Amino acid sequence: MSESAIRVQAPADSPEQQRAQLQAAAGAAVHGGPGILRTTILLARVTFREAARRKILWIAAAAAILFLVLFWTGVHAMLRSNTSLSSTVNQREGTSMMLMMALYAASMLTSMMAALTSCDTLSGEISSGTIHAIATKPVRRWCLVLGKWTGFAGMLSLYILLIDGGCLTIASVEGRHLLPHAAAVLCLLLLQAVLLLGVTMACSTTFSALTSGAITLGLYGLAFVGGWIEQYGALRHVQTCVNLGILSSLIMPSDALWRRTAFKIQPPLLGAAGASPFGSTLIPSNAMVIYAVLYAALALILAIILFERRDL
Amino acid sequence: MATLTIDAVRLRKNYGTRTAVRDLTLQVKRGEAFGFLGPNGAGKSTSIKMLLGLVKPTSGRALLLDRPVGDREVRARIGFLPEHFRFYDWLSASELILFHGRLCGLAEDQLRRKIPMLLERVGLGAQHAKPIRSFSKGMMQRVGLAQAIVNDPEILFLDEPTSGLDPAGRKLVRDLIREQRERGATVFLNSHLLGEVEQSCDRVAFIRQGNVIAIHEMGAWQAGKTEVEIQVSRVAPSTLESLRRVAQEIRLEGRMLRLHVDGESRLPEVVRCLVEGGAEVYSVVPHRVSLEELFLSTMGPDPGL
Repeated sequence: MSESAIRVQAPADSPEQQRAQLQAAAGAAVHGGPGILRTTILLARVTFREAARRKILWIAAAAAILFLVLFWTGVHAMLRSNTSLSSTVNQREGTSMMLMMALYAASMLTSMMAALTSCDTLSGEISSGTIHAIATKPVRRWCLVLGKWTGFAGMLSLYILLIDGGCLTIASVEGRHLLPHAAAVLCLLLLQAVLLLGVTMACSTTFSALTSGAITLGLYGLAFVGGWIEQYGALRHVQTCVNLGILSSLIMPSDALWRRTAFKIQPPLLGAAGASPFGSTLIPSNAMVIYAVLYAALALILAIILFERRDL
Repeated sequence: MATLTIDAVRLRKNYGTRTAVRDLTLQVKRGEAFGFLGPNGAGKSTSIKMLLGLVKPTSGRALLLDRPVGDREVRARIGFLPEHFRFYDWLSASELILFHGRLCGLAEDQLRRKIPMLLERVGLGAQHAKPIRSFSKGMMQRVGLAQAIVNDPEILFLDEPTSGLDPAGRKLVRDLIREQRERGATVFLNSHLLGEVEQSCDRVAFIRQGNVIAIHEMGAWQAGKTEVEIQVSRVAPSTLESLRRVAQEIRLEGRMLRLHVDGESRLPEVVRCLVEGGAEVYSVVPHRVSLEELFLSTMGPDPGL
């Protein structure tokens, strides 16, 4: 056959030698592929950069900066006016209330970001075929999901640090006192974001981007309404409403996490005044926070299992 | 060293009640270039995805390099160019290859040396720093080729590599396939362009409705019955009579003599017979069956879409 003639003409052993050299140079890596950590970091980096290139992130960042400017101006104006808020206690009360409203809006923005930036990462790459060139490389599939999750979680952390960290800093500087629970507040808000991220990614292994985003935001809405029902029930002592609220928190603990956050910064006055969307009458327990941590972890594990099983 | 690089036995894939691949049984030898042909919807893509471990077969088994398909160690030794190769479009060509090289577990210094060579080889040396967002379809296909061979694969899977490529690009693919084979690699080529397959492959499999219906050694089908067109003058009736010993279905229309022989090896005999009978021969053209004709006759009439 003709190809045997070609093989004789070719410098017979140099490609083989080259190949042997290449394999020797790369060592065991050639046979096993990159390790778990390396794969995860590679995917996290590329996902972070991919997310950072989206317009939605920059629009959200611009919105966050505008938001901070607005908040700062508002707090500044309030504290400098010599009306009813002249005593230190009243000033703190006022700052905390404005801070809570700001963080509430920020947490909604962050939740949207978590769902909207990640909803097409798996489904989109499966349908476009981008994933085919990646998944045929010697990498563990679960590392791909973990890496992507890490990339998005990193992006969300930065966003939370910007918008929520910004609010906390402004409130501290203007109010001239450090908020005692700042770190806890940031952690709770980050937990809320990665919770929604995990759910979106798990949906994204099976459903289209649009469906995945809709499911996550739907659950978020359910938790929001459930939280209201629970607070109302607590005020009026209607046990059924409280139970419904708890049930909705078990289905999606995002609102419970927000109420826990609100409790950390809530001025006593607001708590006494009764229910509001920003505050918290019923404080979700530590058990609910642990439940949310487990929920977030399970969502990620579910995403991994579904992605491992599915045909690409 | 094992002689088989791909060994698939009765692979089957059902999607719900629909059967995408009914029975994929094929063996590919080391160093071979194997063409995989079939009409749209015949199950080619599902077949290639099963061999790559992207899709889990419903039943059957397949070995690549003597290991189960999808095994990570196997994946380190294969390369794949997906159909319509697409990637994060903000990466530059060299960043893209670097990323895929890292996914293969290759060492950094090795990649730094290799990437410029690879990009040069696929004709993108000057474009290495440009984001692939600005690339044409043909350029994307070239980057895709480069990422497929970054790890010097033992088996190279190419899914429609020449779709979207201009003639120069198609020649590049042919040359690359040849180079990879000289290196000792096996090439599995899935293509619609029969001409490309005809020029590059040793064997072809035809797949229809999820079944491998025929496997041909390239050119072997030429050995069968051949139609010949001969331009002649002064053919005596007795000459035609004596021709019947070596040829069949003889028809003479004016100066054009058409007949069938059992293989091209009978041609000198036909010519001798004509010349000895006093005829004057101007040209003898055996009609070779192209891969396309073989494909169309094997597949049967187009059922329509």
